[in-house]
Amino acid sequence: MRTFNKVFTILVLVFLYIPMIVLAVASFNNGTDPAVWQGFTLTNYGELFRDGVLLPLLANSFIVAVISSLLATALGTMAALGIHAMGPRMKRTVMGVTNIPLTNPEIVTGVSLALLFAFVGTLLKVSNVLGFVTLLIAHITFNLPYVILSVTPKLSQMDPDLREAALDLGCTPAQAFFKVVIHEIMPGIVSGALMSFTMSLDDFVISYFVYGPNFVTLPVEIYNYTKKPLQPKIYALFTLLFLAILLVMVLMNLLEAKDDRQQSVARRAFGGLRKERAEE
Amino acid sequence: MKTKRLADPYLVWMAIFTIVPLGIVVYFAFTDSATGAFTFKNIVNIGNYIPIFVKSIWLALVSSIICMVIGYPVAYYIAGRSHKAQRFLYMLIMLPMCISFLLRTMAWVALLDDTGIINGFVTAMGLKALPLIRTNGAVVLGMVYNYLPYMIMPLYTVIMKIDPRLVEAAQDLGCSNTQVFRRVVFPLSVPGIISGFTMVFVPAVSTFYISQKLGSSGTTLIGDVIESQFKTAYNPNLGAALSLVLMVLVFICIGIMNRFSDDEEVATV
Repeated sequence: MRTFNKVFTILVLVFLYIPMIVLAVASFNNGTDPAVWQGFTLTNYGELFRDGVLLPLLANSFIVAVISSLLATALGTMAALGIHAMGPRMKRTVMGVTNIPLTNPEIVTGVSLALLFAFVGTLLKVSNVLGFVTLLIAHITFNLPYVILSVTPKLSQMDPDLREAALDLGCTPAQAFFKVVIHEIMPGIVSGALMSFTMSLDDFVISYFVYGPNFVTLPVEIYNYTKKPLQPKIYALFTLLFLAILLVMVLMNLLEAKDDRQQSVARRAFGGLRKERAEE
Repeated sequence: MKTKRLADPYLVWMAIFTIVPLGIVVYFAFTDSATGAFTFKNIVNIGNYIPIFVKSIWLALVSSIICMVIGYPVAYYIAGRSHKAQRFLYMLIMLPMCISFLLRTMAWVALLDDTGIINGFVTAMGLKALPLIRTNGAVVLGMVYNYLPYMIMPLYTVIMKIDPRLVEAAQDLGCSNTQVFRRVVFPLSVPGIISGFTMVFVPAVSTFYISQKLGSSGTTLIGDVIESQFKTAYNPNLGAALSLVLMVLVFICIGIMNRFSDDEEVATV
């Protein structure tokens, strides 16, 4: 059974990576059809950097992803602190609202925001309301739940005595937060920020409904491209992006490993302390 | 308690950008596109799209079941490895999700096309090219491919948390390996199955890209119709009505699935 599962897992991984391999190979192909190999070339990479069409769009994607994930992280962390202090009933209601963007189909979120922006546009009598700001608002909206869902568990895991000890030792609540609490929940904040950054960078469905012609992100442009014959420089860009994401993933992995180690050290220390207390 | 007030900006944000937009969807669904008067016209018109709704639900359901059958052994295998191997394998499963699903779907087009890579091998072996693309099967494959990690993630989390002592206890009490799995491990992983099912079903039922690229006009899904109402046909009122029905359907499905699980919290992860 075990060998079966192992072979099966390997097959599934192959299945997951076949399209990646196809795209990576196509980026070095001297032709436009990824199904026909016409010799090795690097011109696709050269063209990608020379023509200056795709890279500014990638920059746009990055700008939206960075700003939206930073704002969502700040707003979401504050919210998580607030939610943590709420009573169970209020907490359940707020978490219910938090779950709406997560459970709702993306297309419905996109459509509903598009209708809101159109509505505001007619109120303000602006003909073209869609653009950078609407895109940013949409991204912050779908990023917020991810931040909250990664920070809240860290807050519940945290020993509440730590904060009280800081307050007893003369910290103001703000000082207690920045000197004690923030360090305890940092792994949650970081993973929430990274998660929303990647979600935002790759988002297509919601962006597609709220973007304006003046500010286009890469996934939206890829969609517009795929209606016409694909240009192989997209494969080149993808291959570079894949490597970049691999780097981020490895980094995240290392961070988590560090967090785990710290936690186990802390647990051991606390365990020892508790035992001592019990023995007394 | 002043800390509670820290959530206020968030609550205001969610009210304006989540609750109000859904209200506007409802408003549009019940108003006439030309006059703005209250009407049931859009909701009645949805009757024409019932076959498309049925098809979307059917294909999404088939994809979710396939994802579960494929995902379970993988999650089970990963959960049984050492801590380090687990982390690595989990990363390998997650990594493809970070790459634009548009491009990954395009790669499948290149693989499945009539003159594509797979048919290249088939014809090289002297066989006739297979009709792979523009079929229901291709759409299901695209859904399974894109959303399989969403099934593996929650399954893995749940299986990993099963107390190994429960398995040992079952073995001590004379259970065979199959019995241990059927009576202990599987029942305990039901919340993961339900959560994974929801996470695959919701995006699959509402997709509009996979069906356009891998399907044909016969595999138009509800997402395609909604997209066209907003982007080409420009009838946002009908689009809003369709979105409303889709949303209600999804919430009903989630409600039904959560019924199977006692543990509410796990199901909403």
